[in-house]
Amino acid sequence: MRLLPFCFSLLITILLIFVLNRPIGTKVPMPLGSFLSPQTGFWQNAEDTAFNYSLDILQADLKGNAKVYFDERLVPHVFAENDEDLYFIQGYLHAKFRLFQMDLQTKAAEGRASEIAGPVAINYDKEQRRLGMKFAAENTLHVVEQDAPTLARYSSYTKGVNAYINSLAEGTLPLEYKILNFKPEQWTNLRTMLLLKMMAKMLSSGTEHDLENTSLRAILTSEQFNLLYPQVPDSLHPIVPKGTTFPKPMHDYQLPENVDSAYFLNQRAVAARSQYPEDKDNGSNNWVVAGSKTASGVPILCNDPHLELSLPSIWYEMQLTTPESNVYGATLPGSPFVIIGFNDSIAWGVTNSQRDVKDYYIIKFKDNTKQEYWFNNAWKPAQQRIEEIRVKGQASVFDTVAYTIFGPVIYDGAYADTVTHQEALAVQWMAHHTGDDGGAFYKLNRAGNYNDYVSAIKDFECPGQNFVFASKSGDIAIWQQGKFPDRWQGQGQYIMPGQDSSYLWQGYIPQSENPHALNPERGFLESANQRPADGTYPYFIPGTYITPRANAIEHFLSNMSSISIQNMMELQNNNYNILASQMLPIFLSNTNEAALTPEARTYLNTIKRWDFDAGPNAVGQTIYQFWLDSLQRNIWSDELVKAATKVPVPEEQRLMELLKIDSTALGFVDNKNTPQVETLRDQVTASLNGAAAMLAQTEKEGKLEWALFKQPAIYHLLKNNLPSFARTNLSVGGAGSVINAIKKAMVQVGE
Amino acid sequence: MKFFISLLAIAILSFIVGLYAPWWSIALVAFIISLCISQTPGSSFLSGFTGVFLLWLILALFINAANGGILANRIGGMLGIGQSPVLLAFITAVVGGLVAGFAALTASYLRKKIK
Repeated sequence: MRLLPFCFSLLITILLIFVLNRPIGTKVPMPLGSFLSPQTGFWQNAEDTAFNYSLDILQADLKGNAKVYFDERLVPHVFAENDEDLYFIQGYLHAKFRLFQMDLQTKAAEGRASEIAGPVAINYDKEQRRLGMKFAAENTLHVVEQDAPTLARYSSYTKGVNAYINSLAEGTLPLEYKILNFKPEQWTNLRTMLLLKMMAKMLSSGTEHDLENTSLRAILTSEQFNLLYPQVPDSLHPIVPKGTTFPKPMHDYQLPENVDSAYFLNQRAVAARSQYPEDKDNGSNNWVVAGSKTASGVPILCNDPHLELSLPSIWYEMQLTTPESNVYGATLPGSPFVIIGFNDSIAWGVTNSQRDVKDYYIIKFKDNTKQEYWFNNAWKPAQQRIEEIRVKGQASVFDTVAYTIFGPVIYDGAYADTVTHQEALAVQWMAHHTGDDGGAFYKLNRAGNYNDYVSAIKDFECPGQNFVFASKSGDIAIWQQGKFPDRWQGQGQYIMPGQDSSYLWQGYIPQSENPHALNPERGFLESANQRPADGTYPYFIPGTYITPRANAIEHFLSNMSSISIQNMMELQNNNYNILASQMLPIFLSNTNEAALTPEARTYLNTIKRWDFDAGPNAVGQTIYQFWLDSLQRNIWSDELVKAATKVPVPEEQRLMELLKIDSTALGFVDNKNTPQVETLRDQVTASLNGAAAMLAQTEKEGKLEWALFKQPAIYHLLKNNLPSFARTNLSVGGAGSVINAIKKAMVQVGE
Repeated sequence: MKFFISLLAIAILSFIVGLYAPWWSIALVAFIISLCISQTPGSSFLSGFTGVFLLWLILALFINAANGGILANRIGGMLGIGQSPVLLAFITAVVGGLVAGFAALTASYLRKKIK
């Protein structure tokens, strides 16, 4: 009787195929059979190390002849006869090398991460949708579609991406699709706009502190607030050199009648906040030196965008050439054009402006249906978008987002959980309504001189950028370009009343009055996310400015001459901690050595010999960091803990400035929880003792050297889900306030 | 002799069909070959198992050698088996071999039954 063994064997075969043909839980998200098969699975992605990346684009897709040459670093050099072919090939190449990245980033931007990642991403998706990311992308696409040549460029790019997607078979799918078990989706012009909005979010959403400031004002007087979080830092070296004169502004705004009672004097703690804040140190450096300061006599331009380092990188290097244009530089997969680079005549670079272009308004709904809200003495209907969030492995989740005259309601009773007793908050964000910001790069790619550069960037709106410029003919320049509201003093610093039109943005700063400089006497210009101008700039321009890196760049550039390219490359990686060089003397003169523990004394002797170089082997930098952290806790936490929610402590830079002029730091140095009054000397000494105990532990773990302590790492886009794809324990120096801004690795959270 | 013919047929046909069909086509190939070539259940299983085991092992090792182990090391890390491309190739081959082996075994029982 062979029936039984037959059935048994058949059952095992079918069961094996069944189990191997589907994911096994979240740990094994891929069907193992196809994943392991050397003919369809991951082995197919293991390219020959000598692989020849020649291109196979169907001639039928192109109008003319085109050539792509990959150099020894695999940088593609594209030569096409016209723009359509050029951007078609750019799209094709982006997809060929970065399809998963483009797909993931735009799906995340749109609030569709749950389709890939499952239920863990639902709140992330809600926040994207409530911020109005897709709404913003649609608005920009609408503008793009009004202009045929503009639309044609984006459409060529889209066709190129799709030509690659359509060429894929199961075995040739990028690796990540096999791991996560999904298929790429067709590219659209909307997805390019979403990618650009993702950049806008990274760079101009989170540069506002309205929610935190509102909470801070509940525990601080306005005088304290303005001194701890000043608009113009004492030690600022602005982008536009000091002494620049600005034209008298033609403000045409009116202060709301009830501004004191309803706004300035009416702030209370707010629990709502982003659950997925952008890294506030998403900054960059750029600078340009004139021929008068260089060995060759021609300008040198440098740019180091410090966006998160990832595998693959956010950037993709290319050369794009047609008979009319020839440009080389960093491109952004998901978008056509070169974003940072040079052509035959000019070079340009960008850093983030850090300007606040996002405000919150309290909305009073008539009832829980969110269909009507109180505005200008009447109930006004809100538009509603029903958002369906599709979730991998379970049923869709629905969320209703109400759109007001200000913008979408981002926080209300339905999101986030932290909102308990607050009214709904609507968000107004510059990125919601912009023109074709990508067009600025199209024109820059073809600019031949200063005037071309100015006219290329003048319509760029959001995220505001510091466009640094140099031309072969010897001009150097910088413009902080963006569309910025012309705010009355204090407007948008806190959450604003949203029951009438008086708190709306009433106008914009004229583009020609954006801070800019051309060919300054001193022979260089730089930006590193600092405030663009000093206090004489006649507009109220809040933001999340970063002061120390720019100070370090100024410090070095102003002392350099006969500069070579090698000098500039070294400066890009410079590890001098200028802020520590200003802070440590204050620490040392306020240390009571007699009250130090033996181990604290050892660390004190070590740091006294430190040369402020935050290199990978620096022990002084590690000691400084522990000492500083400990002191900041001792100074601020007793007061700031009174805020009902988490609030940002004043910047390290601000602490240094304050201690220079007032050793009590407005009385904050004293610990309010003890009966006696602590002096700065008490606190600095106690902080070193506290830090020393932790340092001893760190030393025992063998991590006293800076790079061993901060453990710099570059993760795959899927972060902790793919730790074996990360490069960890990199031996590099630098810190957030150092020109080489590689800081301590943050705990990576899988998306 | 039948065993080797069967083994070779399964390996070669699995490769060719695998160029166009999903991964589980190895089961179909092993099943059909085993149905056509009469063997004891034991040798049927072994010819199916060994045919695809060797095919997948050789393919994986070839790919891995050209790739210098770059990807297999990372996938090994991801799957929790450590940085051993050879072990990963072996596991790959065993998985393919088992599917083909049982498919071939099933066919040999079926063949006996039809007789």
